Amino acid sequence: MTGMALLLALVMAFFIPGIIGAVKAKSCGRKAPSLIQPMFDIFRLLKKGSVYSTSTSFIFQITPIVYFITIFLALFFLPFGAEKGIFGFTSDFIFLAYLLAIGKFFMILAAIDTASPFEGMGANREAFYSMLIEPAFFTIMGSLALVAQPPSLSSLYANAGAISETPYLSWMIIAFIIYILFNIALVENSRLPVDDPKTHLELTMVHEVMVLDNSGFDLGIIQAANALKFALYGGLIANFFISPEFNLITNAGIFLGLGVLFAVAIGLSESFRARNKMKKNSLYIVLMFSLAVLLFFLILAMNSKFILT
Amino acid sequence: MDVLLLQITLLLSLGILFIPKSGRYYFLLCLQLVATFITSYWAFEAFASTESVVKVLNFQILGQHPTLVIDSLSAFFIITVNLTSLTSLLYSKGYLKPFLNDKGGLAMAWHYFNFFWLFVSMVLVCMIREGLLFLIAWELMTVSSFMLVLFEFEKKAVIQAGIRYLIQMHIGVLLLIFGFLYVQFKTGLPIGFDSMEIYFQSFQAFPIFLVFFIGFGIKAGFIPLHTWLPSAHPAAPSHVSGLMSGVMIKMGIYGILRTLTYIHSDLITIGIFITLVSIVSGLLGVIYAIVQHDIKRLLAYHSIENIGIIGIGIGLGVIGLAIQNNVLAIMGFTGGILHVLNHSLFKSLLFYSAGSVYQKTHTKQIEHLGGVIKTMPYTGLFFLIAALAICGLPPFNGFVSEFIIYSGAFGNLQTATFNFDFLFLGVILSLALIGGLAIFCFVKVFGIVFLGSARTKNISEAHEVTSSMLMPKFLIGALIVAIGIAPALFVQFAVKAAGAFGNIGVLPDGILTSLSWTGILSGLLILMVFGLYGIKKLFQKNKVISHNTTWGCAYIGADAARHQYTATSFADNHLEFLKPLFAEDKKFKQFAEDEIFPSKRDFSSHADDLFEEKMIKAPVRFIEKLFSGENFLLQSAQLHHYVFYAISFFAIILILTLLKII
Repeated sequence: MTGMALLLALVMAFFIPGIIGAVKAKSCGRKAPSLIQPMFDIFRLLKKGSVYSTSTSFIFQITPIVYFITIFLALFFLPFGAEKGIFGFTSDFIFLAYLLAIGKFFMILAAIDTASPFEGMGANREAFYSMLIEPAFFTIMGSLALVAQPPSLSSLYANAGAISETPYLSWMIIAFIIYILFNIALVENSRLPVDDPKTHLELTMVHEVMVLDNSGFDLGIIQAANALKFALYGGLIANFFISPEFNLITNAGIFLGLGVLFAVAIGLSESFRARNKMKKNSLYIVLMFSLAVLLFFLILAMNSKFILT
Repeated sequence: MDVLLLQITLLLSLGILFIPKSGRYYFLLCLQLVATFITSYWAFEAFASTESVVKVLNFQILGQHPTLVIDSLSAFFIITVNLTSLTSLLYSKGYLKPFLNDKGGLAMAWHYFNFFWLFVSMVLVCMIREGLLFLIAWELMTVSSFMLVLFEFEKKAVIQAGIRYLIQMHIGVLLLIFGFLYVQFKTGLPIGFDSMEIYFQSFQAFPIFLVFFIGFGIKAGFIPLHTWLPSAHPAAPSHVSGLMSGVMIKMGIYGILRTLTYIHSDLITIGIFITLVSIVSGLLGVIYAIVQHDIKRLLAYHSIENIGIIGIGIGLGVIGLAIQNNVLAIMGFTGGILHVLNHSLFKSLLFYSAGSVYQKTHTKQIEHLGGVIKTMPYTGLFFLIAALAICGLPPFNGFVSEFIIYSGAFGNLQTATFNFDFLFLGVILSLALIGGLAIFCFVKVFGIVFLGSARTKNISEAHEVTSSMLMPKFLIGALIVAIGIAPALFVQFAVKAAGAFGNIGVLPDGILTSLSWTGILSGLLILMVFGLYGIKKLFQKNKVISHNTTWGCAYIGADAARHQYTATSFADNHLEFLKPLFAEDKKFKQFAEDEIFPSKRDFSSHADDLFEEKMIKAPVRFIEKLFSGENFLLQSAQLHHYVFYAISFFAIILILTLLKII
C-alpha cells in the first residue's frame, strides 16, 4: 500500500510531541499532560486571530505556509521499507533535502523580517547549523547508495540489509546510521543539545526565538509542521526495521512502535542531558558529519573496495 | 542571404555613433534583434541536424573566406548569449536614463556601440574555429567589455578595476596565443582548433590543456584566477555586470569545453584536475561571498561559486569519458552545460534587481539598506526568485542542473572504484555545502537588504522602478520558473550540446522520470502554497488581525532600524569558523588596564579574500618596494646612473650575441 507510510507518519506526528512532553514530565517527577495536549494547543491556535509586526512584509505572512507545505510534501516521500512512498524516483532524497531547505530559507527570512535583534540572532544560528548539518545527511545517503542501484529512498532501504554479507555486521552499520540520523533529527528539530525548546531567555534560543512574533493560525501551522518534521525523521529511522517478510499489520506496528521509541528517546535524552555551550554547537554538528564520513569508509571497506594492508 | 544580412547588420553598427540621441536605443535594439534572430536560427538549425552548420562569409581575410562553424555545443552557448544580451539591452534603457543628462551624447553612443560589439564578439567566439580570427574575436570581447566597465570613468575605483581587468585578461590571451602557437609549431597545421585534433592524438595532452585551461579559466574566474571578478563587477553599470557575469565569463567555459572535445588521452588526470579546481572554486567562492557587504561584489563572488558548480559537472563528464562510463559522462556534461544557461538567467536577474535597488537608493552597501521590499515589491520578488534559484532550491531552475550533477555522482557510487568513490563523495559533499552556504549567504542578502526596517532615509523615499526595467526581469523570471516546472523541455538541448563529446547517448530513463517528477512536484508545491494561503484566509475571516511593533522583550525605546541584526553580525560566526581562509583586518583600540572611564572608540573590521591578498597585492607591494622609493639603488635620481644602465644593456646584448646565446 503506497500511502501506508504517509498515513502512519501522520498518526505518529499526532502523538510524538505529546509523548516527548510526557516522558520529560515523568522523568522529573511531574504529572504528565495528556498525550494529545500539543494537538489541542495547535487547534486552539488555528482558531485565533493574529498580530503582525509593523516592520514585516508579505514574506512574513507566507512563511508559515511554505514551511508547513514543504514538510508536509516531504512526508509523501517516506517509503514503507522497500516499497516506495507516494512519490518515489531516482535520487528522490535530493529533492527531499532541498524541499526541507526551502522551508528553512523562508523561516530564516521571516525572522529577519521582524527587524528584531533576537530573531536575527536566532535566524543566523539556524542558518549556520543547518548549513553544517546538510553534508551529514547527504553522506549517509551516499553511504547507503554504495550498495543500492539506482539510488532512491526505497531502494536504499531495500538494500540496507545487504551492506555486508554477514547480517550482524549490516545491523551494526544500521545502528551506526540510526545514531547519526537521530542526532541529525535533534539538530533539525531544534532539540537539546543544540537548542532548548523550553528556554525562556531570548538570547539563548534558536528556533523558538524565530517564531516569537508569529501568532494565531501562523504559529499553529508552524507547530503542526514541527510535529510533522518529527514524524519524518521518526519514519526515516523506522523504515530500517520494516521487512517484506512480515505482514502489513506487523510492519505497521513496528513503524509506529519505533515512532514511540524515537519520541521516548528524545524525551529521555532531553531529561538527562545538558545543553551545549553555543560555541560548541558547530563542533558537535561537524562531529556528526565526521561520523558520517567514517560510515562511508566503513561501508567501502565492507564491500572490499579498498583493502587494508 | 542570412550571412549577408548579418554582415550588413554588423556594418550598420557604426551608425550607432551617428544617430541622434532619441533614436539610438531603438536603432541598436533593431540591429540586435536582427543579429539575434539570425544566429538563433542557425543555432536551432544546428540542434536539428547531426552535422555542424557551416556558414562562409563573403569577404576575405588573409586570402581566405572566414567560416563560421556551429555545432550543438556552440548553438547552446549562442542561445544563452542571445537571451541575456537581449534582456540586458532591454534593462539598460531604464537603467541608463538617470545618466543621460550627465553623460555626453558621444559617451552614450560609445557605450552602446561597445555593448553591441560585446554581444557580437561573444557570438563570434562560439562560432569561429580558425585560430587568428578566434583570438581577434576574443580580444574584441575583452576590449569592448573593458570599455563598458569604464562607463563611470570619473570614479577612480572604476578606472582601477577596469585596468586590473584589462591586464588580467591579457595574461589570459597571452597563454591562449602561446597554446595555439605551440600546437601549430608541433603539428605544422594552421593555427586554430582544428589543429588540436592532430596535436592531441600524438602528444601528451595534459600540459597544453593546462595552458588553455588557465588562459580560458581567467575569463571564467576559477579560483585562484578570479581576482578581477570582484572588482570589475561592482565597477560596471548593472546591465553590464549582468551581461558579463551571466554570459561573458561563460565564454571561458566554452573555450575549455571546446578544447576538451579534441582531447582523447590523459582524460583521468584532466577530469580529476577540473573537478578538484572546481570544488575549490565553488566552496571558496561562496565562502568569500558571505563576508562581502557590497551587494554587487557579493554577487561577483557567487559567479565564481557557480563557475565551480559548472566545472564540477564538466569534471564528472570528463571522468565519465575517461572510464568509458557514458551515463556518468552524459550526466556530468548535461548538468554542467545546463547550469551555464541557468546561471546566466538567475545571475543576470540578481544583477538587474541589485541595479534597480542601487538606482533608487543610491547605495550598494548592504548595511545601509533594509526594508526595500516595502517600497519596491516587484524588484524584491524577482530578487527572491533569483535567490532561491541560485541556492539550487526547487521549484526553480538552479535545482534542475544541480540535481543532474548530484544524480551523476550518487548513481555511480556503486559501480565506481575506490578512488572515484572518494571523489564522488567529495563532489556530493561540496555540492551540499555550497548549497548550504549559498542559502546562508542569500538569506543574509535578501533579509538585510529587502526585509526588516529601513536603515537609511533614502529607502523610504525610494519607489518601484519603471515597467521598462521590470519587463526584462519578468521575462527571465518566467524562464526560471519554466525550467523548474518543465525541465525535460530544456534539458534536451543541453543533452544535444553534450553530444559534442562523441556518441555518449542520452540521459538514462530513470533520471528523465525523476526530472519530470521534480517538475510536477515543483508545480504542486506552488499550488499547495496558494491553496493553504486560501485556507488561512478562511480561518482568519472574522478574526481580529492587528498590527503592532515587534516583540523586543517589552523594550520599545530604541529605533527598530538601529538595533536590528546587521550583515556583519550575520556573517560573524561563519567568519569565526573559517578564520584561516580570510585576511581579516580589525581596527580598534584595546582597553588599557587603568582605563576606568573609557573614551570614545571606533571599531571597523574588513575581511578580504586571502588569494587576492597573497597572490596579487603582496607581490605587487614587493615589486613596488623593489623598483621604487628613495632608498632603492636602481632609482637613484642620478642621470649618469641611468646612462650607465643603457650602456650596460647594450654591452650585455653584445656579449650574449658574441657568445651565440641569442
